[in-house]
Amino acid sequence: MIEFTDVHVRLGRRDVLSGITLSLTERRVGVVGANGSGKSTLARLINGLAMPTSGTVTVLGHDTRRHAARIRREVGFLFTDPDAQIVMPTVAEDVAFSLRRKGLSAAEVADRVEQVLSRHGLADHADHPAHQLSGGQKQLLALCSVLVLEPRILIMDEPTTLLDLRHSRVVAELLAELPQQVVVVTHDLGLLDSFDRVLVLDEGRIVADGLPSSAIDHYRKLMS
Amino acid sequence: MIGIYVPGDSLLHHLPAWAKVLGLVVSCTVLVLLGSLAALAGFSAFVAILYVVSGVGFTAAWAQIRPLRWFALVLFVMQFVLMGLDTAVVSTLRIVLAVALAGLVTLTTRFADMMTFFERCFGPLRGVGVDPFRVSLLLSLTVRSVPVISALATRVREAQRARGVSWSMRAFAIPLVVSALRHADALGEALSARGLDD
Repeated sequence: MIEFTDVHVRLGRRDVLSGITLSLTERRVGVVGANGSGKSTLARLINGLAMPTSGTVTVLGHDTRRHAARIRREVGFLFTDPDAQIVMPTVAEDVAFSLRRKGLSAAEVADRVEQVLSRHGLADHADHPAHQLSGGQKQLLALCSVLVLEPRILIMDEPTTLLDLRHSRVVAELLAELPQQVVVVTHDLGLLDSFDRVLVLDEGRIVADGLPSSAIDHYRKLMS
Repeated sequence: MIGIYVPGDSLLHHLPAWAKVLGLVVSCTVLVLLGSLAALAGFSAFVAILYVVSGVGFTAAWAQIRPLRWFALVLFVMQFVLMGLDTAVVSTLRIVLAVALAGLVTLTTRFADMMTFFERCFGPLRGVGVDPFRVSLLLSLTVRSVPVISALATRVREAQRARGVSWSMRAFAIPLVVSALRHADALGEALSARGLDD
């Protein structure tokens, strides 16, 4: 459960988000909008990476302002550029790195890493240098590094922007199978077809909110 | 340190990280103490045997020495001019063999094992406010940054070529520094998102 109550975000003289009040309970929520409309900021507020100037954001019953660290343990975040998320030299080590502060034994870590890599088709690349993977494989690795932590909510900020069609499809299929609540910020409208709810942002305000078909229609008109 | 782990099943792969680092320290000390060409030739054979035993392959082995080739050449020439042939060979061989040994340690040790080892080494400093995890994370990010910065540099150079810009240090350095800072920002944010700033 994610709740925004009269959230404003101001950066310098610019209102990035204005008066956002929302309750997100659906399993699949999409966020669309033009560049600079505030959609990435909205996503970052959920993970506690950004803080509201006024208003409150509550995730799983916790206020992000007071419990950001706790919320980050429950809310995974996937960024657009996987290169910025990969920390360790090899694939398996990067996934294992996420578990470093979990107090698990080496055997448990190896087991969870093996499971997540197998599930997402990267088991054969476990010992490969991470920087030599293709863009799509890097994004999958970044996703594995988030999913190994078993987050209850997953936020994805333009996860397919840097991917080719084939890898975009892989991410879309994977997304459909995830048991978590997922909030996806995207320009890839096809990704949202099967979603439960889509929000359209324009100049920091929600201008449409509903099923994908109606919300995306509204967005297309807004952009034309 | 930029040599990356080559999976394998050799004796060296199975040795714990601390044993390999200790071995490296002892070997480098011995290397400094060896003064004769014959002894250094023997040591070179020892290093070559270690590489063969490790099974990392010639390409990986050469990749450890290759970046050193111009430095080694300059060092050799300077030593030759100032001190003579014997000293030039001995000094240059010492440096090359030390780098080859260090490379062998990184090629046969998973980085995570190395991080765990460094965390243990820095453990006693916890009392004076040093966080061993952060120190090993810093080390990891340094190693990880090498291919990233290299890719950024290639991208900047290609963008310049596409615009027909001839070589200019200023035109190269400014976008590279800006890109590197942006990457550092994004990386910091990604680490926070993974809960590593607690």
